[in-house]
Amino acid sequence: MTEAVKNAESSTAFGRRWTARTFGARWASQIGITFAFVLMWVAFISLAPTTFLHSPIYVSFAQTTPYFALPALLLTMVIVSGDIDLSFVSIYGLAMVGFVAVEKTNGNVGLAVLAAVLIGALAGLVNGVIVTGLGIPALVVTIGTQYLYRGLTLALVSGKSYALVEAQDSAAYQLLDGRFLGIPMQFVWLVLVAVGTWLLLYRHRLGHNGHVIGDNRPAAELMGIPISRTRIWLFVFVGMASALAGVMQSLQVSNFYPQIGNAYLLPALAAVFVGGTSVFGGRGTVWGTFIGAFMIGGIQAAIVAMGVEAYWIQVIYGGIILLAVSIHAVLLSRFER
Amino acid sequence: MEPAEATGRGRVSVELRHIDKSFGGVQVLRDVSFTLRAGEVLGLLGDNGAGKSTLIKIVTGVHQPDSGQILFNGEEVRGLTVDRARALGVETVYQERALAEQLSLWRNIFMGRPRTRWLGFLDVRAMRKVTADLMGESMGFTSAVLTPDTHVTGLSGGERQGLAIVRALHFEADIIILDEPSMGLSLKETDKLLGFVEGIKAAGKSAIFIDHNIFHVYAVADRIVVLDRGRIAADFPTSRYTLEEVTGIMREVAASGNFVEPERGRATNGVSATEGTGETS
Repeated sequence: MTEAVKNAESSTAFGRRWTARTFGARWASQIGITFAFVLMWVAFISLAPTTFLHSPIYVSFAQTTPYFALPALLLTMVIVSGDIDLSFVSIYGLAMVGFVAVEKTNGNVGLAVLAAVLIGALAGLVNGVIVTGLGIPALVVTIGTQYLYRGLTLALVSGKSYALVEAQDSAAYQLLDGRFLGIPMQFVWLVLVAVGTWLLLYRHRLGHNGHVIGDNRPAAELMGIPISRTRIWLFVFVGMASALAGVMQSLQVSNFYPQIGNAYLLPALAAVFVGGTSVFGGRGTVWGTFIGAFMIGGIQAAIVAMGVEAYWIQVIYGGIILLAVSIHAVLLSRFER
Repeated sequence: MEPAEATGRGRVSVELRHIDKSFGGVQVLRDVSFTLRAGEVLGLLGDNGAGKSTLIKIVTGVHQPDSGQILFNGEEVRGLTVDRARALGVETVYQERALAEQLSLWRNIFMGRPRTRWLGFLDVRAMRKVTADLMGESMGFTSAVLTPDTHVTGLSGGERQGLAIVRALHFEADIIILDEPSMGLSLKETDKLLGFVEGIKAAGKSAIFIDHNIFHVYAVADRIVVLDRGRIAADFPTSRYTLEEVTGIMREVAASGNFVEPERGRATNGVSATEGTGETS
């Protein structure tokens, strides 16, 4: 045995010993999704070079993808812990009611943003408390609160839209929807939230406990994990992310309409599952959701740019989603056993 | 008879007094009292549904009794939780069903009590290191394929059991509860397990050993407690009877619910069988 081999052995004594198998088991999913993303993008560029080799389309992606990718990131944590939240799409609107109320009376946009995020947190708290307190599956509860929150939004503003033109002069607008070194702030926030989510999911007690709860709930109970508290926190985070996304989108278009967010249910869920997060809980990746969101966001623009008839958009959507989740399933069975 | 007090052996470690517990109108435990002494291995036997798991979950703080007292080292503890029980030195080996399969070994070792630095952020490096050390020293995992980052799905049944046991051992427990630890183990792995239980005793710690297999219990337990339909049917030092006699007692309890002193030709002055002490076998 050479010195080099010995050194390599000792240096990995408590680290990782990379064999094809352990490496594959840990990273297969994320490598798979990244590879699929690159392939897809190469196809876009070769089929619609004028669109995909110029910056406007990327600016557009960077502005609009975060609107559903932000809640999708936090939703990843909820799904990892074995729950689901379908109500987040209605939290966009409910949070914006708070924003409008503060902004129209007080004129302070920064305060209005805080009010929106607070309402988002409260809406998430209500989800979490009902789910954990009464032991009703999150799927059922959040179908209910999806209607409830949307209904409250419509009732509170009598179904009316509000123009938010004056808010464009605020510092808050610059902070949320401006540019940083030419990069849309929506994208900057998405990256920050993605890093924060990654830290919470993999490097914080909350994510550590959430993983166990999603993988094996009875074990979590036996090992004294604060199950309800953990799950409630994750719902609260989804509510806050949805509120932030709602504010960003409303400020960007200078308009609040009470149906805001409605179109994002399936794109956000698709981003999570395309990204390789298990619908059964216990396993998920933040990177996968991030990439998955841009896959979902890119498809529509690409199809239009490639000149495909609009009727085919959903067929291609469905095809790509099924392909992505199939790749994950195959990789998993290949490496996990 | 009583071992020297100075070593702490023979001292009452846990005592349950008149514990009752019902779930939705079904009384699972009724008037259960027993003591576990330091340095003692107590075998808990009983059929399915006898209340073994419930009894264990009361000692470990997962369930709270409807009435009755729990005493640790002679002091009553009210409102026992899993965290509190752990702080008092109770660790449980819940076999592989308490492992999270899709998670890494280090996350399983530190399940429910991760090492953190500030604001709840994990000290992953330290946890990986401890896990690697435990794998080498205690679990005897020498395969190069296994690392602290390996997922539990990659482990054999015996390796999983080893992981569950090492997890309990790592945290300086005084009382180790083994819930059906030999289930699904090979003969060799079972021998290793029984050796491990002997090690608990040698270290002056106590254990509650729950198993269907009377042979395993007889081999390591100082005292045997038999549960039947939620109450204690028998409680005796293992050394008092032969394995055949214990088998007979079990059969009798299962049939009649009562403890019957085995026929042996010697005077059986009807001793209350609940006078078990910390005799070593």
